Amino acid sequence: MTATVSGTTGAALVLGDDALVLSHRLAEWAGHAPVLEEEVALANIALDLLGQARVLLSMAGDEDELAYLREERAFRNLQLVEQPNGDFAHTIVRQLLFSTYQRFLYEALAGDRVFGPLAAKAVKEVAYHQDHAEQWTLRLGDGTDESQARMQRGLDALWRYTGEMFRPVDGLESVKWQELEARWSSSVTSVIERATLRVPEGPRTGAWAAGAGREGLHTEPFGRMLAEMQHLHRSHPGASW
Amino acid sequence: MVTAERTRERTPLEQRLWELAGAVPDPELPMVTLGDLGILRDLRMFGPGEVRVEITPTYTGCPAVEAMSCDIEDVLHAEGVPEVTVRTVLAPAWTTDDITAEGRRKLAASGIAPPRPQPADGPIPLTLAVRCPHCGSIDTELLSRFSSTACKALRRCVSCREPFDHFKEL
Repeated sequence: MTATVSGTTGAALVLGDDALVLSHRLAEWAGHAPVLEEEVALANIALDLLGQARVLLSMAGDEDELAYLREERAFRNLQLVEQPNGDFAHTIVRQLLFSTYQRFLYEALAGDRVFGPLAAKAVKEVAYHQDHAEQWTLRLGDGTDESQARMQRGLDALWRYTGEMFRPVDGLESVKWQELEARWSSSVTSVIERATLRVPEGPRTGAWAAGAGREGLHTEPFGRMLAEMQHLHRSHPGASW
Repeated sequence: MVTAERTRERTPLEQRLWELAGAVPDPELPMVTLGDLGILRDLRMFGPGEVRVEITPTYTGCPAVEAMSCDIEDVLHAEGVPEVTVRTVLAPAWTTDDITAEGRRKLAASGIAPPRPQPADGPIPLTLAVRCPHCGSIDTELLSRFSSTACKALRRCVSCREPFDHFKEL
């Protein structure tokens, strides 16, 4: 019984932290997006992810304490979602790689006893995120020399963070991880090729990465992101609007 | 256990409270009610003076859910129910097919193109035309998949050139 509870809690943190951290990164675009429609789109996607994070973190404990009072090493999100936004192309590549993964992961969890209700609902939202990322990948990849070069640069930079997405997670036993990876790979490859971009040849896990976000090991920019995200709550404990 | 309870028919009092709660306007789309949107899922009396209500969000992150809960509490308190609990449920997931015919009519009358019927293989049907709520033309184009609220997309009518919101399929 105890094992089941801790498995569920751990898995809720894994899924919730992915959503929370990416939501925060996307919210950083507010006021900086290239056009107003994209500003609104990225904020909408961030809001969807924040809603998912609230449900998931509440399954693991107090949502505010988990979001604002944990140290860096206690977060279980993928290193991919904590990567800084870079330019718009870089953000779109991160969206393509992650939303495709999240969609297929939620699809696999739609019938899950614990995560089914959230996954079955969120998968429909994420389908729009994936569609948004695919449309932009095609437009920028098969666009000007400049937009294509930037998309390729984003792909080459982020590819090394995609390997850890398919490491089995304790508590998500209804997911077939190899099948998930095959589906992701085929979908992402097809979009990259249609966008006249190259699938990177490099490894999908950095040799220098001593571990993975799922183990609480994060990249350097994550600490700075957390400092900003948690600063207000930590400076004014217990404050309310 | 709750499912078995739900098979019981609503009492006349529950029916009256159900209609009152269902008549609460949506905080972000005040032209439609919670009943029109199919957001109100259940309403039960538990002993005298205690009502439990279940609502479901359109989107998981919908920021209007808290306002909806407060509005339902207010309207039921005003009706003399001292204890009201509003709970949010996710399953079964809300879909735009839950919006009533009356809700669709009100959306269109307010310049928001209502959602199209849901195809079997998922959201994002790109093939069916969306009709302009201003001039009725089906020659419309997508400007942005995301608009003023999470549930809407922004489109433009090619015939009358007016931009309009489209309640996107979910």
